[in-house]
Amino acid sequence: MATNDAIIGWKTITFGCDVVEPGNSANFRTGDWRSQRPVLDKEKCIKCGMCWIFCPDMCYSQTEDGYFEADMEYCKGCGICAHQCPKDAITMVPEEG
Amino acid sequence: MGKRIGVEVSIAIADAVKLARAEVIPAYPITPQTHIVEHLAEIVANGELDAEYIPVESEHAAMSACCGAVAAGARVFTSSSSQGLSLMSEILYIPSTMRLPMVMVVANRAMSAPISIWNDHQDIMVQRDIGWIQTFAENGQEAVDLVLHAFRVAEDRRVSLPMIVNIDGFTLSHVIEPIELPTQEEVDAYIPPFKPKRKLDPRKPVTMGPVGIPEVYTEAKVAHDHAIKNSRKVILKAWKEFADHFGREYHPVESYKAEGADTILVTMGSISETAMTAIDKMRDEGRNVGLVRIRLWRPFPAQEFRAATKHAKVLAVVDRCLPPGAVCGPVGAELRSIFYKIPGAPKIFSFVAGLGGRDVTVERFEEIIDKAEQYSKRRPKELYEVIGVREK
Repeated sequence: MATNDAIIGWKTITFGCDVVEPGNSANFRTGDWRSQRPVLDKEKCIKCGMCWIFCPDMCYSQTEDGYFEADMEYCKGCGICAHQCPKDAITMVPEEG
Repeated sequence: MGKRIGVEVSIAIADAVKLARAEVIPAYPITPQTHIVEHLAEIVANGELDAEYIPVESEHAAMSACCGAVAAGARVFTSSSSQGLSLMSEILYIPSTMRLPMVMVVANRAMSAPISIWNDHQDIMVQRDIGWIQTFAENGQEAVDLVLHAFRVAEDRRVSLPMIVNIDGFTLSHVIEPIELPTQEEVDAYIPPFKPKRKLDPRKPVTMGPVGIPEVYTEAKVAHDHAIKNSRKVILKAWKEFADHFGREYHPVESYKAEGADTILVTMGSISETAMTAIDKMRDEGRNVGLVRIRLWRPFPAQEFRAATKHAKVLAVVDRCLPPGAVCGPVGAELRSIFYKIPGAPKIFSFVAGLGGRDVTVERFEEIIDKAEQYSKRRPKELYEVIGVREK
């Protein structure tokens, strides 16, 4: 069974519980919360980058061939990319298992 | 040293905040109000104080703006009362664990319903556990002095916690008292410029107030608990230095004829002055009674309180707060806890008096002491008693 024991001591925790390392959210893999994933239909995609702009977790990045790809380590499956896509090229499909 | 003049306590507090060189004052003058932030608005508008006065849209916003301003590195002051203080409630827990120092004066008043604007301590007892350092003033001079002390303590880097100075609504806030305001030079010598331990700075990015997941939250709260407990040393030292600078000496608890007294009355705030008159009267009548007043409410000065009452047989504790369904008032509960299983501990009797502006007279204090002494011989049925209640 999973536990949620302390990961830091009260003597070593930062002053006021500040996060002193900028951008450290990249260290936390949050993709395992996802119940559905975005699947791109490259036939419909016009490489406009709306998914990249709107993704609240900034998990999209552009690949060498110009398409935008979501990093499944961070994607929470919110579906905003699919909602924003002007060409309905992104479909949310349930995660299995 | 300045001249002793007759001035409304709220006005004097505003002048003290000016002398302390507050830089940001977010305020929302909800009813019931005091002249504290009203006069500060005038002071700022007249150009007498170089501060940002933010007339926010609610007390909730006032406290939020206070947090933001401290985070940006400003010296911050605000003031509130009863319903307004409660509207701040959600935010009050935030600056303390985030270690954002600021000073707030609370003019203590009753909580509705029924609607009341009058004095008791129910508003602040709702906020008892917000993790701020808290003091209670007895008179106007002490209110001013505690405000200056609060800036000094709160902003000390070893403390870095927000601080509330409690003054009784109306009884202190709207009363004209003889008050001596120090000079600007004297205050500058006592309160150094605010040098925050850290602040929001684009050159050194920091996230303040992040999520505390279950693996972190307990440790963040324990760190805060230790911070407020450790603030004790700084609080005491700042009072000692206050005496050196201004000649008036303050302690966490104040004793009045309590040395060797069998029965000790325990109070907080301005009713203590009437209580002293009651003690004088009873002493004249040959009764061995005294008074101990709690000035420092958080962190609770258990050690000093036990020392001040160590020879007492009976404590008669007066709470100006009635928590329905609780075992007794909050001060009474605290004292019962600190004496629990201590050998030779006094018998503690809890009384509730002075709710919603009801006067606590010399006669009422006599009644409280008489009852406590009777109860020490014959245990009462209830764990507390409300004084001066009319039945029919």
